[in-house]
Amino acid sequence: MKFGVVVFPGSNCDHDAWFAVQHNLGHQAEFIWHDSTRLGDADAVILPGGFSYGDYLRCGAIAKFSPVMNAVRAFAAAGGPVLGICNGFQILVEAGLLPGALVRNRGLKFICEPVQLRCETTACGFTSTYAKGQILRVPIAHGEGCYVADPRTLDELAAEDRIVFRYVENPNGSLGDIAGILNRERNVLGMMPHPERAADPLMGSTDGLGVFQSMVQSFARVASARS
Amino acid sequence: MKARVYVSFKPTVLDPQGVAVRSALHSLGFDQVDDVRQGKFFEILLAGGLSAAEARRQIEAMAQDVLANPVIEDYQFELIE
Amino acid sequence: MSASTITPDLIAQHQLTGEEYAKIVATLGREPTLTELGIFSVMWSEHCSYKSSRLHLKKLPTRSPRVLQGPGENAGIIDIGGGYAIAFKIESHNHPSFIEPFQGAATGVGGILRDIFTMGARPIAVLNALRFGPLDDPEHGRRNRRILEGVVSGIAHYGNCFGVPTIGGECVFEQAYNGNPLVNVFALGVFRQDEVFYARAAGVGNPVIYVGAKTGRDGIHGASMASAEFSEESKQKRPNVQVGDPFMEKLLLEACLEAMKTGAIVGIQDMGAAGLTCSTCEMGSRGGTGIEIDLQHVPQRETGMSPYEIMLSESQERMLLVAEKGREQEVFAVFRKWGLDAATIGQVTGDGLLRVKDHGRVVAEIPNRLLADEAPLYDRPYAQPFRRAPLEAPHIPASPDLTRDLLTVLASGDVCSKRWIWRQYDYMVRTNTLAGPGGDAAIVRIKETGASVAMALDGNGRFCYLDPRQGARLIVAECCRNLSVVGAEPVAATNNLNFGNPERPEIMAQLVAAIEGMGEACAFFETPITGGNVSLYNETLGEGIFPSPVVGIVGLLPTGPPVTVDFKQPERAVILLGGYGDCDAVRFGGTQYVKAVLRGLWGLPPELDMAREKRVHAAARELARAGLADSAHDLSDGGLAVALAEACFGPSQTGAAIDLDADLRPEFLLFHEGPSRVLISTADPERALAVARAHQVEASVIGRTQPGRLTIRLRGETLVDAETARLYVAWDRALERALRPAHETS
Repeated sequence: MKFGVVVFPGSNCDHDAWFAVQHNLGHQAEFIWHDSTRLGDADAVILPGGFSYGDYLRCGAIAKFSPVMNAVRAFAAAGGPVLGICNGFQILVEAGLLPGALVRNRGLKFICEPVQLRCETTACGFTSTYAKGQILRVPIAHGEGCYVADPRTLDELAAEDRIVFRYVENPNGSLGDIAGILNRERNVLGMMPHPERAADPLMGSTDGLGVFQSMVQSFARVASARS
Repeated sequence: MKARVYVSFKPTVLDPQGVAVRSALHSLGFDQVDDVRQGKFFEILLAGGLSAAEARRQIEAMAQDVLANPVIEDYQFELIE
Repeated sequence: MSASTITPDLIAQHQLTGEEYAKIVATLGREPTLTELGIFSVMWSEHCSYKSSRLHLKKLPTRSPRVLQGPGENAGIIDIGGGYAIAFKIESHNHPSFIEPFQGAATGVGGILRDIFTMGARPIAVLNALRFGPLDDPEHGRRNRRILEGVVSGIAHYGNCFGVPTIGGECVFEQAYNGNPLVNVFALGVFRQDEVFYARAAGVGNPVIYVGAKTGRDGIHGASMASAEFSEESKQKRPNVQVGDPFMEKLLLEACLEAMKTGAIVGIQDMGAAGLTCSTCEMGSRGGTGIEIDLQHVPQRETGMSPYEIMLSESQERMLLVAEKGREQEVFAVFRKWGLDAATIGQVTGDGLLRVKDHGRVVAEIPNRLLADEAPLYDRPYAQPFRRAPLEAPHIPASPDLTRDLLTVLASGDVCSKRWIWRQYDYMVRTNTLAGPGGDAAIVRIKETGASVAMALDGNGRFCYLDPRQGARLIVAECCRNLSVVGAEPVAATNNLNFGNPERPEIMAQLVAAIEGMGEACAFFETPITGGNVSLYNETLGEGIFPSPVVGIVGLLPTGPPVTVDFKQPERAVILLGGYGDCDAVRFGGTQYVKAVLRGLWGLPPELDMAREKRVHAAARELARAGLADSAHDLSDGGLAVALAEACFGPSQTGAAIDLDADLRPEFLLFHEGPSRVLISTADPERALAVARAHQVEASVIGRTQPGRLTIRLRGETLVDAETARLYVAWDRALERALRPAHETS
């Protein structure tokens, strides 16, 4: 399976995602420059963490206009899996591929630390290798990761089983302790925690690797259904 | 009484955020944009009964000591009854 | 060139002495232009020329088989095997951080990162050493808290956005830093040995290319400001502070590394202090060439800038490079891809001169060597190092409650957890961090080679104040000990010498003694100094800081799970390597106990036997590498009691029951800061003790780990008894509490 890792000016977890896929997962990964209008032959797309365009206007607000985002939209519309991590989540929200918004942490400070996540659903192509209710140890590293949405959206997310991860102890003030959500079609996941930083035993946890393994599993299932 | 305080980098100080927004606007085809400066905006509600002169003095002190760093930032404010 | 009107006032404003000016006139054979005066003032400033310290810096060891590049380049380079190398250096941004804490600290990070990647290395780690006035200082507490918050968020802002992990450092509070905080930033990068670039201009006729941010009127006179004491007046002449743009720097990093791969770049240097001036003349001087530029081609952010302003601007995120003639377009293409300005502003010449033109008119013409290498050199007089603290010890009362004393020391500014600080730093980005902040040494793996690099920063202003030579030796010893406990072999060092006004003989004496002590220790521990920084005139209104040399040492170790500070589980043997040590009232005077509990400072720093220290390092290293240490922690601030307590602060909060057998009085036994000691816990005490014996290191089992409680007894008498949770809370929450004094919480 081939993962495309999009590189925006200011992305800085692009290499980490690439390394996790290539070395910890054992699959192929390729960088896609933000100016590109095509995704090549990627089977899945990762929007990595970082500070695209310095995050100077609002996080993700400028990156959403990058040429590559049209291709990502089309890819997602065709059912392709898209994973947005941290700044990638912020971009997906700004681009309207996911509902809600990410605002400054309640404590107003950047927070970098491992947190506990509860996997709330396994009914998607990103968490099928986990058990529902499983507790994962995955790091966060963000200044603007407080998830907000209007009550109707929150109800909808809950009712449609689209909340994938919740914080066990809320670090940033996110409504409903939300750490990661799906789009309605369940092929786009945005999450603030960094699964690529918990994919190598030397980094203290491998709990994040399951996100990528689930993507591989789901891809294999789709591929075998096609053949 | 209400005060509106605007804080922005001094004209001679680099405003990286403004530069980033300007180039984004350019790339979206807004070619007529020459420059963008980004700043902060505060709305401060003051207790009633304060004289305009006293309010002005207090806002000035707040802007000087807290809201802005006069080393790199300028501020302006207006008082609204 | 136009006739100049250089008055004595103007010369003084440029921080040049009458003799220095006379030397300029004599060498040029004429009066300088205003632009030239500005150029000399920055290049001959203390900051750029090291004119007061250079004579003494020569006493430092700088070579070893691993040193590929010593002092004199942007950073030192060390061979780490496998065809790879690391570049690293520490630099200060003390004065700007006092004036504008957030931007001052941020641009400090930006500057040192450029020093690393200008050599072709990708930055993979940042550490910082911070010094502030006390947060509860009755007069300056509010300002000190504001400075700390600003500095920390500035470092976080720049490092996090740039994408380099900030993985460690240290933070100390003293009244001596009330008006003069210290912000020292260390950065380290990695590259292949065949990818090293130097800041040399070679090849007559090659184009000189400017890349990165546009030039504005930022920080003009920053370099000479950094060499002058603060006065009320300098607080006024403030618009010198630059704003950092980490996003631009990230682009510059990627573009530079990509451009270097084209093979079209001959030499490259960042524009730091003294900007275009420093980069042009230093590149020319190192290459033995001349450089001619025309300022009309320099990308400018503001209109109407004079040649003087353009040459002296300290706008951030800019680089100067020399490319192979005819291959400019390859370089431009890369910078275009990253959306950065790049412009040819001149060329390399054969005449050894820095020739600056403005629209064709020559505004400066000075031999590069005169600027870069022939700055005045001063052998400043030095006397007895300054100290006000008494040598004799007062009567030290017997403590009524040593558990309470331990809680006091744990909650004191220097000892308490700095989690509030480092939680704001992205210490994991790049997924190489094996050991992050909070341990004895930070470790990053090198993905390409299977080896890892450990690094630590140390400084102890109190010890150096009491005895600069001994203090500096102790710092080096401690730093190497920090590396050894995680299993690393110390290989090279960088230093930041933060001192007061060198024109005062008693301050100059501190500097000389500290350099000599550091040199002795670095030679003994085989950690040559490959570069660094000297920051003098750290005084405000005549009040100097403590002599504050900071050393950063790197070590090498095989990649693997790290040895960490904390006890992992009950029923492990606790071993003290190096013994109880010795102490008397005089040698106790610089300890954290005296500072936090007795509120004093006197006497002398602890004694140090370097040979013994080195044997302890070897033993600790072998224990770590052999997997014999479940945990390992060096004894330093707060001595044995604090080391034991800190070992109880892991996720399991495993405590220990300790039984001591020594002749020292309890306060000394628990809290003296004698060096050469390491605490480990192990499942196999026999083998661990055998390792210690093999290295001729005194060692004994002093107790066993136990769940949730730390008890320390001396020959059956209980000295300390507390739940680990209680100790932990005191230690972990102290900094946050100090930042939010009761009267300020809503």
